[in-house]
Amino acid sequence: MGRLILKNIHKTFGKDEVLHGINIETEENQFLILVGPSGCGKTTLLNIIAGLERESAGDILINDRRVNDQSPKNRDIAMVFQSYALYPSMSVRDNILFGLVNRHVPKEEREQILQDVAHMLQLDHLLDRRPRQLSGGQQQRVAIGRAIARRPALFLFDEPLSNLDAKLRVEMRTEIKRLHQQLQTTMVYVTHDQIEAMTMGDLIAVMNDGIIQQLGTPDAIYNDPANRFVAGFMGSPSMNFIPVTVCQGEGTVWLEVREEGQAVSRLPLPPVLQSGLKTAVDRKVILGIRPEQITDPGSAREGSALHTMELKVDMTEPTGADTLVFTRLHKTPLVARAHPSTKLVLGSNTPLSFHMERAVFFDPDDGQRLA
Amino acid sequence: MRISSAFSPGRWLIYGVLTLAALFFLLPFYVMLVTAFKTMPEVYSTGILALPDSLNFSAWIHAWSAATIGAASEGIHGYFLNSFILVIPAVIISTAIGAFNGYVLTHWRFRGSNIFFYMLLLGTIIPFQIVLLPMAWVQGRIGIAGTLVPGLMMVHVIYGLAFTTLFFRNYYVGIPHDLIKAARVDGAGFFSIFFRIMLPVSTPIIMVTAIWQFTMIWNNFLFGVVFTQGGQQPVTVAINDLVDTVTSVHMWNVDMAAAIFAALPTLLVYLIAGKYFVRGLTAGAVKG
Repeated sequence: MGRLILKNIHKTFGKDEVLHGINIETEENQFLILVGPSGCGKTTLLNIIAGLERESAGDILINDRRVNDQSPKNRDIAMVFQSYALYPSMSVRDNILFGLVNRHVPKEEREQILQDVAHMLQLDHLLDRRPRQLSGGQQQRVAIGRAIARRPALFLFDEPLSNLDAKLRVEMRTEIKRLHQQLQTTMVYVTHDQIEAMTMGDLIAVMNDGIIQQLGTPDAIYNDPANRFVAGFMGSPSMNFIPVTVCQGEGTVWLEVREEGQAVSRLPLPPVLQSGLKTAVDRKVILGIRPEQITDPGSAREGSALHTMELKVDMTEPTGADTLVFTRLHKTPLVARAHPSTKLVLGSNTPLSFHMERAVFFDPDDGQRLA
Repeated sequence: MRISSAFSPGRWLIYGVLTLAALFFLLPFYVMLVTAFKTMPEVYSTGILALPDSLNFSAWIHAWSAATIGAASEGIHGYFLNSFILVIPAVIISTAIGAFNGYVLTHWRFRGSNIFFYMLLLGTIIPFQIVLLPMAWVQGRIGIAGTLVPGLMMVHVIYGLAFTTLFFRNYYVGIPHDLIKAARVDGAGFFSIFFRIMLPVSTPIIMVTAIWQFTMIWNNFLFGVVFTQGGQQPVTVAINDLVDTVTSVHMWNVDMAAAIFAALPTLLVYLIAGKYFVRGLTAGAVKG
């Protein structure tokens, strides 16, 4: 259950418009991620869905019921906060039951729900503790338990994992995903962490400057970004952006890196990408290529449209699974991913293979995707 | 970072200065105490710092139940009681309204709430004297002029609101707004959040505010002397009358005993609740 539709949501604070017409429609039981840098409007949007802030225009539908004029209490939602927001003076039990007591749920039913929730989240032995006697991870579980106890149509999460340490964050990520499968309810999850967005979401809305830059599956967002912002925001390390000029001649299209009008490097294009760039011939475009698409030749995939160049190693960052190579293509800094066994000497040249078939192109002025 | 030893010269200097300051401030109280235990002949024959020959309670008894104040010779006990009748409701009401104001000003902001808060802040620097005339006029109009309760009590409640609101507002600013949002999603309303979420975590600031208000109102003289007369007066005003009511000889020992009686409640409040006062003043945000 649980289906959320946002129609043309606007929000203004005084003279500043912070949301410029947000449209989102989820299926039932979807995991929707609102991701973006701080100040992009994602938390404001979540508060509007919850009814904690009033939208300036637009419609909010939960399970096809327009809830604009409903108080948070009557929207059939539950919310988990970044700061956990557990009531400090109440025991874990009372925290979990607070929403049920306010809604006059009968006592026997409350006890049953409490048992179920405590069991599901392994809180049984903590029910009589106060929030301050719990660890961060336990507090987070209580906060989630409090939300689950309500059995809402819609769960709202406001950066729930950002106060946890790295290990716990990964564990809770899995736990929330498991809960989503178990509860069969739509969840809306706000985060600024693109890894959380990629790993947890069915549907990702990448937001910036109060606009949805792209709404799509994790795969579409990552591999088929709508614009340079989405391409640069999702993925770590960030996508490489190289200013190039599109050239055409003798029935083929290629790219040139130019310095003061002179071509200093030439990059071939696989045929599938050539047609898309025909309209941009003689223009400057931004070539986008992810670090994992620039590898040592040994790691290159068979059958790829490879282009190998010798580039100078400025710095390396071994991550264990692979080694990040910081280099430059003329003046443009690049990050590449090499197999950890690759011999890399700082200051020396090393061959790096560009998987050009995965390259994407953006307009240098407005950042929109060209091909 | 260097950890200084407990016996470094700097420490000795600090403790020395503090001890001198403490002695300096305690000296008047010492004089009051020894004088109150002396008989009048003793007061005249010994130095003011000299200890009494014996612990003589007659001045205390006289001050409490027989000294002449105004027209009656019944001591200060009635006025002492007056002060309690005044202070207890005034403290409770001003603290309660301050808590409520602080809650609204931090978590239910409205258009102009900042201006409202700054105007209230202004109230903390308004001298007592400025309020006298308008307050007397208002009290006359609503027909409570000259009464201890509600008249004088109302003066103290209104004057104290600026302070109590400021205290609670600054405390509640540290309580994460997420708590209020969570409670609203959980179906709690405006009052339910105040009573069930905010008040239970407010003990430190309630103590600070109550001590502050108790001390301010108990010790206040000007409002008492302006807004009450005769048997309605609080103890501070009664002491002044006691000292002013000159009979054949000026009974210093009785004056001192009466003054100590009047100072006792605030002294006790600080001794009993002082640690809460310090704790409340330094209390930070309540971690959610």
